[in-house]
Amino acid sequence: MDAKIISIIAAAVAVSIGSIGPALGEGRSVAAAMDAIARQPESAATISRTLFVGLAMIETMAIYCLVIALILLFANPYA
Amino acid sequence: MTHGSPLATVVVFHLGPVPVAKPVVTTWVIMLLLAVASWASTRRLGLIPMRRQAMLELLVTAIVTQIEEVIGADARPLVPLLGTLFIFLLAANVSGLLPGVQAPTAHIETPAALALIVFSAVHVFGIRARGLFGYLASFARPKLIMLPLNVLSEITRTFSLMVRLFGNIMSGEFLIALVLALAGLILPIPLMALELLIGVVQAYIFTVLATVFIGAAVGGETGERAAASS
Repeated sequence: MDAKIISIIAAAVAVSIGSIGPALGEGRSVAAAMDAIARQPESAATISRTLFVGLAMIETMAIYCLVIALILLFANPYA
Repeated sequence: MTHGSPLATVVVFHLGPVPVAKPVVTTWVIMLLLAVASWASTRRLGLIPMRRQAMLELLVTAIVTQIEEVIGADARPLVPLLGTLFIFLLAANVSGLLPGVQAPTAHIETPAALALIVFSAVHVFGIRARGLFGYLASFARPKLIMLPLNVLSEITRTFSLMVRLFGNIMSGEFLIALVLALAGLILPIPLMALELLIGVVQAYIFTVLATVFIGAAVGGETGERAAASS
């Protein structure tokens, strides 16, 4: 197996496994925010702003994986 | 692949020895349009707002209130930087939907430049608010042992600011191009609507995170709490 095929497989594995964690985390945080908004609808603005910032933080993990995959596919130093 | 590597840039022309790439040209056009629009829309301001001025005031007031809610202090020194950042990002992210135009934020250089601006602005505002030594001492809180972690987080959060914007916008454009190549006419439209939403949300998130970082450096109570939670 040459380096090109290995890096294609590695890119697919990086994205697919790397997005499991952020997906679970985002699901949990959205569920918690929904719960909070249902209990206190008057603080919905603050909660949703904090939620967006938090989601951006969690999403960064998945995007790191995407960047690794892109580097493997398009800027690979070994292939 | 429809338009090659997302990490490579197409050079349009050379300005002397400096190669000028396609995202730079798009950025210049957006800057020109925004500057002309701002100049034209603030030319005749009255005490009693007409329709155009009312819209403008709505936008500016919304930005000011958002910043004030995040940093919990007077937002006016931050509005020129953060407001411009938000409006530019909004225009840049959405510009990718125009035919023949690629969003400049879909190439890594533009988000890198914007993240560097935020990185410098954090320190400038922090030093201005606390003095040089007061600001440097804030890195050693709550304990001196936190110093390397604080310095490291300063770098990684700037990096993730850049990568987040780039990754979101680039992957959206890539997805649209891929679907367009696979199945022609109607199918990309919902994805383009999604990309519109993602562009607006990412512009908002970039601005809010920049606000949070600057707020933490300036050292309001809210800013520190927000920085601790991020």
